[in-house]
Amino acid sequence: MGAVRTAVIGVGQTKHTAARTDVTMPGLVREAALEALADAGLGFADIDAVVLGKAPDTFEGVVMPELAFADALGAVGKPLLRVHTAGSVGGTTAIVGAKHVMAGVAERVLVVAFEKQSESNATWGLTIPMPFTPPLVAGAGGYFAPLIRAYIRRANAPAHIGHLVAVKDRLNALRNPKAHLHLPDITLEQVAESFLLWEPLRYLDTCPSSDGAMALVLASEDAARAAPGPVAWVHGTAMRSEPTMFAGRDQVNPQAGRDCAADVYRQAGIRDPRRDLDCAEVYVPFSWYEPMWLENLGFCEPGEGWKLTEAGVTAFDGEIPWNPSGGVLSSNPIGASGLIRFGEAAQQMRGRAGDYQVPVRVGKALGHAYGGGSQFFAMWVVGAEPPD
Amino acid sequence: MTRRVGIVSFAQVTSPCERRRNEVELVIPVVQEAVAASGIPRAEIGFTCSGSCDYLYGGPFAFVSGLDAVGAWPPIRESHVEADAAWALYEAWLVIRSGEVDSALVYGFGKPSTTDAAEVLGLQADPYTVAPLWPSATDLAALAASAAIAAGVLDERDMAEAAAAARRAGLTNPHAVVGEDVTADELLARPVTHPPLRDADLAPVTDGSVAVVLAAEELARKVCDAPVWITGIAHRVDTPSLGARDLTDVPSARAAAVAAGVGDGPVEVAELAATHSHEVVLLRRALGLGPEVAVNPSGGALVANPVVSTGLIRIGEAAAGIRAGQARRAVAHAASGPALQQNLVCVLEGD
Repeated sequence: MGAVRTAVIGVGQTKHTAARTDVTMPGLVREAALEALADAGLGFADIDAVVLGKAPDTFEGVVMPELAFADALGAVGKPLLRVHTAGSVGGTTAIVGAKHVMAGVAERVLVVAFEKQSESNATWGLTIPMPFTPPLVAGAGGYFAPLIRAYIRRANAPAHIGHLVAVKDRLNALRNPKAHLHLPDITLEQVAESFLLWEPLRYLDTCPSSDGAMALVLASEDAARAAPGPVAWVHGTAMRSEPTMFAGRDQVNPQAGRDCAADVYRQAGIRDPRRDLDCAEVYVPFSWYEPMWLENLGFCEPGEGWKLTEAGVTAFDGEIPWNPSGGVLSSNPIGASGLIRFGEAAQQMRGRAGDYQVPVRVGKALGHAYGGGSQFFAMWVVGAEPPD
Repeated sequence: MTRRVGIVSFAQVTSPCERRRNEVELVIPVVQEAVAASGIPRAEIGFTCSGSCDYLYGGPFAFVSGLDAVGAWPPIRESHVEADAAWALYEAWLVIRSGEVDSALVYGFGKPSTTDAAEVLGLQADPYTVAPLWPSATDLAALAASAAIAAGVLDERDMAEAAAAARRAGLTNPHAVVGEDVTADELLARPVTHPPLRDADLAPVTDGSVAVVLAAEELARKVCDAPVWITGIAHRVDTPSLGARDLTDVPSARAAAVAAGVGDGPVEVAELAATHSHEVVLLRRALGLGPEVAVNPSGGALVANPVVSTGLIRIGEAAAGIRAGQARRAVAHAASGPALQQNLVCVLEGD
């Protein structure tokens, strides 16, 4: 039973920044959508279905805002589906869009994700007190910092590893004109001296709050063959979820992440991700998540991730570059951040990553997103050539 | 990929005001019942997808707690739509059709009794130009009803007839939270509370949950005596701009009905997610349902409206009608957004 082969034929994104006071939310998503359509040589009339992803509605205070974006996204008279799977939502949105094509329901799908953090307060949007429910301790950083401390103890990792990632991803971002943070003078000392938010995370170990949107045009093989530019082929998609809390759950190296990676690698024929991928765009919102996800995603054995980071294996010119675009540490429109990872992986395979293009040797790249309490995972592998 | 997908089981819970159970505890019984009735072991169900509304829940991640109810260990393939669970069924249908999995559990849940759902759903309106006026969903529906009356598309009697039929049907539906042996004349004698709507024109506050198990044809035939096939499913959205929409018609429902193939065969039963009585009339017209079609034999959303479960319950009720031999071909409908902005139409058939 072969699903319809699916490709990314257009990518567009806004310049991510702290506050886009010049556009509304519909204006923001439309900007990304128009750029993706132009890249694909298409107009809204060519699109069969629209899928929109974003993080919780409590962020901007609009219930199901995609309904209000129907005109801005050219969706009137078409299917418009809203996905919400916490921080992994951008990745899930791409996968749900791809499923429309794989199922033979649509030829061309517009997939958009956004967050306008300047019209919201994510920390308090995440921290609404609920009756009879333990609070989520002041935002995402407060939730993840204890997991990072557990990782450091477990892996016996030196304290500066996180700062290495913080610097590496910000230097990568200097190559990416769409990245929010451009910090040309960033140094390890600067990161280490920035103020402490949640032990061991310092201000510069942490992602920014961004306004931004990302859009992809996904197409069937027939439609992809007609695309004016290079395309990236979808070689595998996977989603996994596990509950937030139960006795014995490994929140540092979650089973759902390992299972999700194993599933997407099997589909894409990846046996050794360090060798069989050209690069990875991985959801690293706090610096320490690079070594943690290196282990979770099977790039090394447990306890070894920080050694790869320290040795420069994930650097822009390293053996397997992680987040050549600058990653979530440089741009974080929350709901879009996963789709940016998926889209940047596609751009690398299209040869469209500009100054942050990595050499395409094996012709495959990983896009990754996670969310909730490290419990929701979405991944895809895209390739420069169609799957066998 | 074109695989037939069937509904193999369906369960629902409704209550006018659920005081003992939280959202997770409302999901547990429907998931257990639907999974048991499906004949597919929980661990073998390939995909899980839910629909919920964070604003109804009052917090950022309603669906996360829902996971505790469905058995997500070892980890599962899972996704969520911020919409009525009928759209979760649509996503699950796509995933099965793509060939990735052979079966899916779809569920929805919500407790509108803990809030004012009409106020909450008013926040679906345009955030810059309409929502700051704080219209409730009821206000926006009333606007559409007034427009339809002014255009001569329907009158208050049509609305009262639809409301009375629903309330009478509610008497025999064990999941209805409203049931009343009443005539249209009696309803018309009652006060107008949200001009031009009366209380009986509005869906009642209902807490509840719903679960459906889907399977690809081969598996469905193996586990189920009488699977009900999804022979067409489509959804469409209209402009959010109320001034640019013809509120006396439902173009997105009309388009979805055509895309789903409603008119390709006779329809015996239709379950419509009309949460206001005039919407029964508007949707009947938009879906092209003639007088021969039994509309909302369950009473529909006017007698039980667990927000974001209501649409999937319509699909379940229509499928149950086919399984019970009351129809061979049925239509189910779900809606979202102010004044029926977004509509999903599903055509169901028995063998």
